[in-house]
Amino acid sequence: MNTALLPLLIAVPLLGAALLIVVDRPRWLGRAVLLGPNIGALAAGVFLTWLTRGGRVHAHNLGLWRDGVAIPFVADTFSALMVTTTALLLLVCSLFAVATGETTRRLFPPLVLVLSAGVYGALLTGDLFNLFVFVEVMLLPAYGLLAIAGTVRGLLGGRVYVTVNLLTSTIFLAGVALVYGVAGTVQVGELAGAARQSPLVAVGMGVVLLALSIKTAVVPMHGWLARAYTAPSPAVTALLSGLHTKVAIYAIYRLYAVVFDGDASLLWMGLVAFTVTMLIGVLGAVGENDTRSILVFHMISQIGYILLGVALFTEAGLMAGIFYLVHHMVVKASLFLSTGAVEYTYGTGELDRLGELARREPLVALAFLVAALSLAGMPPFSGFVAKLTLVAAAFEAGQWLVAAVAVAVSLITLMSMLKIWGGAFWSRPPEPEPEPVSGTGASTTLTTGSPVRTRVPTAVLLPAVVLAGVTLCVGLGAEVLLALSAQAAAHLLDTSAYVEAVTGR
Amino acid sequence: MTLAITIGVLIAGAVYLILQRGMVRVVLGFVLLSHGVNLLLLSAGGAFRREQPLLGVVSPESAADPLPQALALTAIVIAFSITIYMLTLAATGKDDDTGGSP
Repeated sequence: MNTALLPLLIAVPLLGAALLIVVDRPRWLGRAVLLGPNIGALAAGVFLTWLTRGGRVHAHNLGLWRDGVAIPFVADTFSALMVTTTALLLLVCSLFAVATGETTRRLFPPLVLVLSAGVYGALLTGDLFNLFVFVEVMLLPAYGLLAIAGTVRGLLGGRVYVTVNLLTSTIFLAGVALVYGVAGTVQVGELAGAARQSPLVAVGMGVVLLALSIKTAVVPMHGWLARAYTAPSPAVTALLSGLHTKVAIYAIYRLYAVVFDGDASLLWMGLVAFTVTMLIGVLGAVGENDTRSILVFHMISQIGYILLGVALFTEAGLMAGIFYLVHHMVVKASLFLSTGAVEYTYGTGELDRLGELARREPLVALAFLVAALSLAGMPPFSGFVAKLTLVAAAFEAGQWLVAAVAVAVSLITLMSMLKIWGGAFWSRPPEPEPEPVSGTGASTTLTTGSPVRTRVPTAVLLPAVVLAGVTLCVGLGAEVLLALSAQAAAHLLDTSAYVEAVTGR
Repeated sequence: MTLAITIGVLIAGAVYLILQRGMVRVVLGFVLLSHGVNLLLLSAGGAFRREQPLLGVVSPESAADPLPQALALTAIVIAFSITIYMLTLAATGKDDDTGGSP
């Protein structure tokens, strides 16, 4: 393959965004330019995955600068898998946004395009500072998307999100500065194994990893996520939850594997932090009474599972972690989209004010049930394979306690999924009560600002159904994704192919 | 040493301001913080052992490292744009108090 095509993944969405900012009529143009690059990226992701399946790594030095000076773009199996999954999510969430009419907002399509450029860039770059820049490219439109609904609640959620992420990015930058000061380079390939040899580089990289773990919402730095992600519209929540924290997880996997060379003496910290994350996240969800808040707390808990893979740092663990990451992105977005469809139609996500949806909306109920069971780890969905391989890897590594917690947490996950099911889909509909007199207290309603409709339109529920179908297919044909994850894990365990491609040596 | 002390003072002030409730104070805290980190980037280039980058005056080996300067420049642009966005956030809503539940 001509590797000079790699930067196109970033350039095309950026050009599309620039075009849409200048020209916003006719309306179909906005939709076409929003969906086009993401369809292209999905195709490119699948193609890249196919190209790298045998273990080849493709790298391109932007501007054809010499190795060591240039900013490299790299694609191996792991990044190709991530590009494919993010492109799928971006596409499906964009379709949801088109269906709910959010794309009619003047700046919505260009912001999503810039966001996607940032995500692809962060996944493909092989340079620490460039990672910082692409993460910022990804965050800036997210700030706009959080505020675009124009509600006070959205803006207040936006404040928390901006403050936390700016602080984190600054810490990340400080880490990059420390690494440059000690090692004299910020190129990931040149830094290979540096943190294992020199404790000074390890401290600098520790700061970088700390910043990344705040971005992934690892306990005890998880409080911001619950505040920020319950504020925006459902489409935006699904987008951000599927992409932002996951890019940071990808970076943690990559950086720990390459720069720390999988240093086994530091893994206990990860094991402790991620096990606590699993537990605290799921317990937080028990106390919530709103579909989206419950889902956000589950996300925190699932992040613990995904990162366990890197904390085990065995072949089985990494493979399970990568599989889990892909599975989780699909399932979580599906859940946010099916509950989002309910929220869009009925104007609320509060369990007390919903009911009997299983009869009224059989397809939404089916999509939710499939995704919820997959999240909890029931066969035959992808969650079962993900949890099984992960728990098996934990046993294999002799981490009995961690494995036990993982199993216990999935039981609690199932319980709180059943809570949503019971509250929104199976219970009797609430009595038509008069409008609440005071706006205080329990009024945490998450209205989308749209009028209440009678039934969920087909176009709105389709995205959730598609993703639910994907999790079923991945669950039934897990062999394909498992093989790809194993290939990705092999490159993390033995980073020589990656380093060789990046540094050109 | 001057750089290290300056960075320390800037970051200490930043942490104090970010922990305040008012949004404008938080924004000012972030301004200080980004200044501190930019200085950190510059000092990472070895400012203490390098000289001004003038051809014919200083040998290229001891001239200032251009890379951290480029990094700091990028970081300044990003921090500047987010500062403006945050100031807009501070101006919307009834007051700039970030306390209480939204």
